[in-house]
Amino acid sequence: MEIAIPQPVERENYLNKEYGVWSWLLTTDHKRIALLYLVSITFFFFIGGFFALLIRLELLTPAGDLVQADTYNKLFTMHGMVMVFFFLIPSIPAVLGNFLVPMMIGAKDLAFPRINLLSWYLYIIGGVFMLHCMLTGGVDTGWTFYAPFSTNFSNTKIVEAGIGIFIAGFSSILTGLNFVVTIHRMRAPGMTWSRLPLFIWAHYATSIIQLLGTPVIAVTIVLVACERALHLGIFDPKLGGDPVLFQHLFWFYSHPAVYIMILPSMGVVTEIIACFSRKRIFGYSFVAFSSIAIAVFGFLVWAHHMFVAGISVYSALVFSFLSYAVALPSAIKVFNWTATLYKGSIRYDAPMLYAFGFLGLFTIGGLTGLFLAALGINVHVTDTYFVVAHFHYIMVGGAVMGYLGGMHFWWPKISGKLYPEGWARLAALIVFIGFNLTFFPQFVLGYLGMPRRYYDYSHMPEFQVLNVLSTAGATVLGVGYLLPMVYFLWSMRYGKPASDNPWNAAGLEWKTTSPPPTFNFDEEPVVTWEAYNYEELDAPPHTQEVPVAR
Amino acid sequence: MLNNFPLWPDQASTMAHRVDALYIFLLVVTGMMALLVCTCVIFFAARFRHRPGVRAEQIEGSIPLEITWSAIPLLVFMVIFAWGAVVYFKERTPPADATEVYVVAKQWMWKVEHAEGQREINELHVPVGRDVKLIMTSQDVIHSFYIPAFRIKQDVLPGRYTVEWFRATKPGVYHLFCAEYCGTQHSGMVGDIVVMEPAQYEAWINGGTTGPLSTTGEKMFAELGCATCHRTDTQGRGPNLLGVFGKPVQLEDGRTVTADENYLRECILDPGAKRVKGFQPIMPTFQGLVSEEQVNALVAYIKKISTADQSDGAKTSASKAISQATDRAQPNQAQPNQAQPNGSQVQ
Repeated sequence: MEIAIPQPVERENYLNKEYGVWSWLLTTDHKRIALLYLVSITFFFFIGGFFALLIRLELLTPAGDLVQADTYNKLFTMHGMVMVFFFLIPSIPAVLGNFLVPMMIGAKDLAFPRINLLSWYLYIIGGVFMLHCMLTGGVDTGWTFYAPFSTNFSNTKIVEAGIGIFIAGFSSILTGLNFVVTIHRMRAPGMTWSRLPLFIWAHYATSIIQLLGTPVIAVTIVLVACERALHLGIFDPKLGGDPVLFQHLFWFYSHPAVYIMILPSMGVVTEIIACFSRKRIFGYSFVAFSSIAIAVFGFLVWAHHMFVAGISVYSALVFSFLSYAVALPSAIKVFNWTATLYKGSIRYDAPMLYAFGFLGLFTIGGLTGLFLAALGINVHVTDTYFVVAHFHYIMVGGAVMGYLGGMHFWWPKISGKLYPEGWARLAALIVFIGFNLTFFPQFVLGYLGMPRRYYDYSHMPEFQVLNVLSTAGATVLGVGYLLPMVYFLWSMRYGKPASDNPWNAAGLEWKTTSPPPTFNFDEEPVVTWEAYNYEELDAPPHTQEVPVAR
Repeated sequence: MLNNFPLWPDQASTMAHRVDALYIFLLVVTGMMALLVCTCVIFFAARFRHRPGVRAEQIEGSIPLEITWSAIPLLVFMVIFAWGAVVYFKERTPPADATEVYVVAKQWMWKVEHAEGQREINELHVPVGRDVKLIMTSQDVIHSFYIPAFRIKQDVLPGRYTVEWFRATKPGVYHLFCAEYCGTQHSGMVGDIVVMEPAQYEAWINGGTTGPLSTTGEKMFAELGCATCHRTDTQGRGPNLLGVFGKPVQLEDGRTVTADENYLRECILDPGAKRVKGFQPIMPTFQGLVSEEQVNALVAYIKKISTADQSDGAKTSASKAISQATDRAQPNQAQPNQAQPNGSQVQ
């Protein structure tokens, strides 16, 4: 048994074990790879955010006066592609998941450390294609690539962007594969499935989607490239193809992809809520299996993006029905989180503020999904700003809130430093206000009928007020996103050193040092407790006399 | 900017009220759900905030609660689903006697053709209180015909017809948007829906036209030589087209399809795809030879001779029309209810 030395000056950890560029670029340590991902996705997040800002500025006035029509079309296309494929999909899994999955289950690393590094290189290669594509002209099809516009009409760099996404897709598949194998095979002794943190369940469900869904978008991209180059007539009606077939293939991946973004975020929020209310999660197994249910049902609802695309009334009915089926597990999660707060001992530290923000925004995003799944309403609001608002509430309000919450929660573990709590709370508040100001007016705009992807709305100047509000919100939101980056960087140099478990949180990742050693644990942990054993953690050392709740 | 600041769209069709009723129902129901969750979260967060010396009370979970908060939302969801489906069915089922208007979309323009022959670009004039059915196709990419004040939208696809219908209820000028991203000037692909009082509309529709759409189709039927094969007797090398519209057609490969607008269109542009049983694959494709508007005219003409045939019986003005269109007059009469000859009659 080693003796713990208090505040060792230079205890060896994964950050200071080796130095130099190659020690990072050739690392197989899941934690270092997580940081490589963190830097790269942050880079792409700010590129995507810059495009978003230009979009909002253009929409400040009805006339198309800031950029040209083609430029605007490229802006929203690149915004979508960058944010979806190069930020949201890798965000939580590749950064927090990579860092935490092995630690949470008591493993030394992922099952395939070199494949993990390969996945980052694939991501970077895909990203380089994307960047090159952007810098040399970009793409104007929208991130949805709808045929036959993408296959026969657009003269932009579709194949190059497609190659970028195709390659980045393999990065996503490999990460999913790695997680599935790791979670099955590398759990520490005693870490049974029912003792897994719900973060792990969420990542397990996510990985299944990544494994099964991503190949379909790869196939779709190949078909688009073939159609462009060889005119095979898959999607082109003049050659006997069917453009609606493209939409089926595209959404077969791209709808489940939404769950790749939101499920890990749900996992993060579950951990945070348990920790800051000092409780085990209410209805553990319901929260766990709702993740699996979302992954399964998520594959069966793709055509709800196509209710006006020319599918039959009866298939629309089936897909509408199934969309309500997939809404239920999300509702169950929200209710269980809420119930977890009951009789808790709740603290309002920054991660918890983000989790509260997530709850509010995800609830609005989820409930407006009920509108879109209702066939009669869908016809009116699909392809309008109502949809734009809805999916931003899920993918930005939900996924990014969760991501930021997770970054704050585990930052002491990742960096070994504490960030300034006051600034972090302020940032959470700014993001919440900025987000709602940006996207809530868009629900109203959408029901009024403003279509998506319009750079010029001088035909309908009555939409301006709401657009001005939205643009104002976007600037606030931008500040809210910049702040954490600034104080995280600041804390790396000036932050106070973090203890091993600053939140007194449950979970194996808190039982090792901050930052952890390269192989995570000095000794292989043996798990003898259930997940979220806050009762034991909070038990006073000597006496059991303290009154229990109310 | 602030004087014109609507929060609710115009209600100008019979569908608008149906959609809005469901929308308001959803606002109330989801509002209540959101309020419930928010109240609980805020109340619990405040009531059970951390206090020194007070520990959280561990609760395992509760099966009855889980069942309750699964079953109640599920029931509510099913009500919303059913209501939404009913509205959608109405939206997707055009009344049989609706006035038909052909719409051709292209980058970046809406071309409209009325049965009476009036043509419009980026405008659609319709009367109040009459069912109007739009038969739409695209010359290039996918577009979407969206009238917010009517709460209707339908993608317009290349290579086939899609249909939407409405009954306007309030005179006025309303927005027409292209709602499916279609390239550079997507946001310029907008127009006006002009809803007029019936009398005004009659004056408008009858003012200065080139004649009904079906007449244009009739001329083309002759010019393209369609009538040489599609004769009104049973001797033609192609199926007799009298009365064919809306009827089931037996295909060479054993399937049966209904001869709707999409089928007629496909037969003109890709005759080999769904060949009628008993006929040789001799018809050339007219892909690239006829414009979308001309296909529409041909379809309108075939529909006209079908409906005329159904109502008037054997010897009709429609069969006369075909006879006249045919260079050689046909001695035989068209037989009612035998739109397609069977195989043995084909030489």
